[in-house]
Amino acid sequence: MAKLNLLLLLVLVVCALGLVTSQHKARKLFTELEREQGRARELDIEYGKLQLEASTWGLHARIEKVATGTLGMRTPDPRRVRVVEREATR
Amino acid sequence: MSAVAASSMVRLPVWRARLVMAVLIAAFAVLAARSVYLQALHTDFLQGKGEARYSRVLEIPGTRGRILDRNGEALAISTPVQSIWAIPGDVAATPAQMKSLAKLLGVEPRELGKKLGDASRDFVYLRRQIAPEQAEQVARLGVPGIYQHREFRRYYPGGELTAHLVGFTGVDEAGQEGIELAHQARLGGVPGSRRVIKDRLGRVVEDIESIRAAQDGKDLQLAIDGKIQNLAYGALKTALAEHRARAGAAVVIDVRSGEVLALVNLPTFNPNNRARLSGEQLRNRALTDSFEPGSTLKPFTVALALEEGKVTAKSVVSAGRDSLRIARFTIHDQHPDAGSVNVAQVIQKSSNVGAAKLALSLPREDLWDLFNRAGFGAAPQLGFPGEASGKLRPAKTWRPVEQATMAYGHGISVSLLQLARAYTIFARDGEIVPLTLLKSDAPAPGTRVISAHAAREVRAMLELAVQPGGTAPRARIMGWRVAGKTGTAHKQENGGYAPDKYIASFVGLAPASAPRLVIAVMLDEPSAGKYYGGVVAAPVFAQIAQGALRLLHVPHDAPLEPVPLPGEGEEAREST
Repeated sequence: MAKLNLLLLLVLVVCALGLVTSQHKARKLFTELEREQGRARELDIEYGKLQLEASTWGLHARIEKVATGTLGMRTPDPRRVRVVEREATR
Repeated sequence: MSAVAASSMVRLPVWRARLVMAVLIAAFAVLAARSVYLQALHTDFLQGKGEARYSRVLEIPGTRGRILDRNGEALAISTPVQSIWAIPGDVAATPAQMKSLAKLLGVEPRELGKKLGDASRDFVYLRRQIAPEQAEQVARLGVPGIYQHREFRRYYPGGELTAHLVGFTGVDEAGQEGIELAHQARLGGVPGSRRVIKDRLGRVVEDIESIRAAQDGKDLQLAIDGKIQNLAYGALKTALAEHRARAGAAVVIDVRSGEVLALVNLPTFNPNNRARLSGEQLRNRALTDSFEPGSTLKPFTVALALEEGKVTAKSVVSAGRDSLRIARFTIHDQHPDAGSVNVAQVIQKSSNVGAAKLALSLPREDLWDLFNRAGFGAAPQLGFPGEASGKLRPAKTWRPVEQATMAYGHGISVSLLQLARAYTIFARDGEIVPLTLLKSDAPAPGTRVISAHAAREVRAMLELAVQPGGTAPRARIMGWRVAGKTGTAHKQENGGYAPDKYIASFVGLAPASAPRLVIAVMLDEPSAGKYYGGVVAAPVFAQIAQGALRLLHVPHDAPLEPVPLPGEGEEAREST
């Protein structure tokens, strides 16, 4: 009887220690998750900033200015543009 | 000795033992009562106090949705900025630090000193919403008592191009104008919060509960096409400068889906920098202002006359240099060519007398009914703040002279967008289409207003109006047939008509064989000498139509030959 009790006590101690370590691990992992989520948020914000930058650079007015000014491009004469009809079903 | 001891052992009074017992029991009872009080009755408070040592409530920001154009290009984006605040009592800065701080924040050193001087205040904003790089420099100064927190600010890459349509938000990111206001519920994010456990180092180690989930605002895609918008803006701006007009507006509508592809107003403003704004700049003329449209309304009278079978396109309605007297008013025509005017020429040459005669031959209830179904007198239901509904008086209050003048667009007022929408009747063979500012891409079902036959006939007349001999040969473009009507209306002022102030307008369809676009242009008070719609507004239409049809890959329906421009004063003149 006493032997069994001793065994059970041992099991209990092991379980208790296991609980403590897993709790600790869980918290560590959670901190990491939290950090990654924070990073995701930062990247999201960065994405928004880059989008803003992209649309600022890509302003139609600016593209037109660069195209006609710096690059010397111009709209083709409509007579030299061919409109091709898409075949409805192939 | 033993007897003495024995005698002293006996007989302690019983009450003493009882007393001790009672005191002990009472003490236990007190303890039990106290523990019941703490554990059962006062537990919430105590637990709350305990949790306060390690649990924290964190705010989760909800970001505002973006506004995009139909091609997915951003028109409004939220981006983080820093707001600098201080606890004045805690601030201890050297004069040199104060100087560089004022410089970084872009405020006067004196003003900064005043803000920080009031030590009784616990919180004062030094500067809201500055760029993160700037804020970092402020942080690097290391002045105690100065803090910063993150906020979001709205940026508008489209700037003044889409300012009226998109609108703007206030400092707290709530919509104040335009789409930002109209779709606040959809765009606006809802901040959430959650309860967490923090360890000694301030790291979050466990999530306890989510109090309120944060909701990011949803993106909104508009029907606006950035390229067409840019095109319309450029064309209108050039015309405004050339004709020294006070203001102008242009709208482009996709006839099939009812989508508004472009909506431009001038003068405009830069929504990213709203320091000095005037009401003139803020006005969304195309949507929220109504004006007397003038001759652009004639096609509706003609359409009704055709619909009721009173006349055909060839019927003669007035004799050339005619004038019409109703009560004490006389209606004149301005075009010089003599000869009879038939129904088609009423539109082609914009004859007031002809239109008035046609209108007088029709029951006023029918005319009112047509105007009503064409959407005049009722807001276009776009869900945009402040849409004008224009003015259309009930038919039974019309006097004959009013019925006559309404035929050529006086005594009735509409917004430019209403006018453009009404022209979808001629573009869609008699059906009017509901408009939308949001991208739909699907063909929208229309509501029949007039028969397809009458609509097609009017469209053919509108095409005559842009041919040589019509009022707007300058509206023609190379490669596509167009159709449209000019308007040159006297401006209303102090209850009368100003003799020398005009609103020049043009509403057109393109391509005429199978209309895809309705484009309406309006210029307010062109004052560089020319003021006819055919000279001032029609070229703007042509420029927008030429570019937009190319951008939309609409097949040509006319030979690719340069369109000869009419010489000075060759086009037919109109007086309304």
